[in-house]
Amino acid sequence: MSDEKLPVVKADEGHGAVEVAEPIADPGIEPHEYRITDIDPKAADRVERQVSAMFTLAGVLALGSCVAYFAIPRDSVFEFGPLSGNANNMAIGLCIGLALFLIGAGAIQWAKKLMVDEEISEDRHPAHSSPEQIQDITEAFKQGAAESGFGRRTLIRRGLFTGLGLLGLPAVVLLRDLGPLPGRTLYHTIWAKGIRVVNDVTARPIKPADMIVGQLVNAIPANLPPLQEESAVEYQNARAKAAVIVVRIRPTEIRTKPGRENWGIDGILCYSKICTHVGCPISLYEQTTHHVLCPCHQSTFDLADSAKVVFGPAARPLPQLPLAVDSEGYLVAQSDFTEPVGPSFFERG
Amino acid sequence: MSEKRLSLSPARFLSARRRHRSAGLVVLLFGLLAVGSAYAAFAPDNAVADNSAQSQQIEEGKKLFAVGCSSCHGLNAEGGGNGEGKMAGPSLIGVGAAAVDFQVGTGRMPAMQTGAQVPRKTPAYTQAEIEALAAYVASLAPGPAVPAQESYDISKATDEQVTRGGELFRTNCTACHNFAGRGGALPNGKYAPSLMNVDPKHIYEAMLTGPQQMPVFSDQVMQPEDKRDIIAYLHALQEQKDPGGFGLGRLGPVSEGLWGWLVGIGVLVCVAVWIGAKGVKAKGAKASE
Repeated sequence: MSDEKLPVVKADEGHGAVEVAEPIADPGIEPHEYRITDIDPKAADRVERQVSAMFTLAGVLALGSCVAYFAIPRDSVFEFGPLSGNANNMAIGLCIGLALFLIGAGAIQWAKKLMVDEEISEDRHPAHSSPEQIQDITEAFKQGAAESGFGRRTLIRRGLFTGLGLLGLPAVVLLRDLGPLPGRTLYHTIWAKGIRVVNDVTARPIKPADMIVGQLVNAIPANLPPLQEESAVEYQNARAKAAVIVVRIRPTEIRTKPGRENWGIDGILCYSKICTHVGCPISLYEQTTHHVLCPCHQSTFDLADSAKVVFGPAARPLPQLPLAVDSEGYLVAQSDFTEPVGPSFFERG
Repeated sequence: MSEKRLSLSPARFLSARRRHRSAGLVVLLFGLLAVGSAYAAFAPDNAVADNSAQSQQIEEGKKLFAVGCSSCHGLNAEGGGNGEGKMAGPSLIGVGAAAVDFQVGTGRMPAMQTGAQVPRKTPAYTQAEIEALAAYVASLAPGPAVPAQESYDISKATDEQVTRGGELFRTNCTACHNFAGRGGALPNGKYAPSLMNVDPKHIYEAMLTGPQQMPVFSDQVMQPEDKRDIIAYLHALQEQKDPGGFGLGRLGPVSEGLWGWLVGIGVLVCVAVWIGAKGVKAKGAKASE
């Protein structure tokens, strides 16, 4: 790039004066035009009255909001066409809102009509300091360094560095409060051999004959509801991992994965409800396609094909819960999930 | 010993065989047959009278079915193709009366065209015709019956039941139908319809039969009182007013954000531009001072 078109700065004039080789002549500031309020004192007085009226009205409305607070009963309701709501709330809100609006409108009217509006211009200055200033500061710094003995007294210097350095340590140690590390808790849920599969909310156990083809049941393990009385945190943690969906699919439409032949009962299959992408609970199930869809990022799993991912960002199929029937004929788990439920994590990859 | 070879008259034949070892058995059989026939002929037959109204309804339904439904679902409701190897209408054997009452009662059937999803519209049949069609389809194979009126009667629902219905609704239904029952999108042009202003009976039947891509919530798992509570909750949702008057589809942050960003911030930008604009100027005039 050539320097011809750049502003030429004279070295001896650090401040302000800049000689610019301009391709187009500076047209200067356009001639000032006066407003009606500048030439007509009556118009100016009228605007003054307007602005003062707006400010006064704002004050009245502010008082009005206080009156509304006490005067209008808390539970009164207003109806105005399709609009309806709490009358007390609405009156206070309207009064304060209008008061703020009037103060703003008054200020703008004042600034636009009455305050001086003559255009002025100010030249830009170079950003760097003058050579003299730079030299002064450099000398002062060097003198300070020499007088403090920072370079000479090494013991003090080392002590200071040690102290400052160790001050960083608490910031690292405090990060431990983000933990404790989950340990093996990510690998197992409260499902276990013989735990009944029960309806979420109602906690009713399910018999295979109760489910017909096309059925969806949002279910939980039978040992989850009692946890609620022990500890709310434990309950929520357990629930977040143990929620399942149970579906019944026509057996001829199912493609069973080798090794999972006895995991379902007459087409009744049970999968984790927690999406393997980022862990949203999913139960958007289409019985015609056997697809279950995650509402967060549209991951789609085919429940008739071992919950294989057919679309979306999820990397792994939904873990399947092996099912059996207990002596009373209710659906139970054969074991816990054979793999971790929910999103992937570091150790798992 | 063949009887045909004997050229005796019937009376002499019987007389000659009266001491045959199976004569007693033959007489007994004759007696039973005679009494049975006489009973059938003379007894007041209530059963036949009861059945005739129902069989007449089934017959009527069969005729309606042949005219309105058979082109897609087949003459005997066995399901039909569209001539290109694709299914025009599924088999209706075993879907039960509840499915017919839902599909025809909400106007979804008869469908105007095949597509991603059959929409709800004004019903094409009267209630009597719908009942006849339902009776015909129910006669083909057992299936869920139209629910009794008391199973979806929500007039006596308590606040507790509405709350419980809300819990069930949020667990089982909101994934597709939105937390305010306003419906939502599904893949490939399908959608979960809004549940507002739907007959409680039809909501019940939809859960019972799982129309189109909706899964089934059978009465054994989602028991009738669970279904009733869900319907009561939906009714409460429908009655709930939108504070301020604008529900924006009750879609939550999406529609509210769209409104806030486009309209709200748009208006603010316009106002800012207006504030910055120059006011009226008195051309060529000089200040009075």
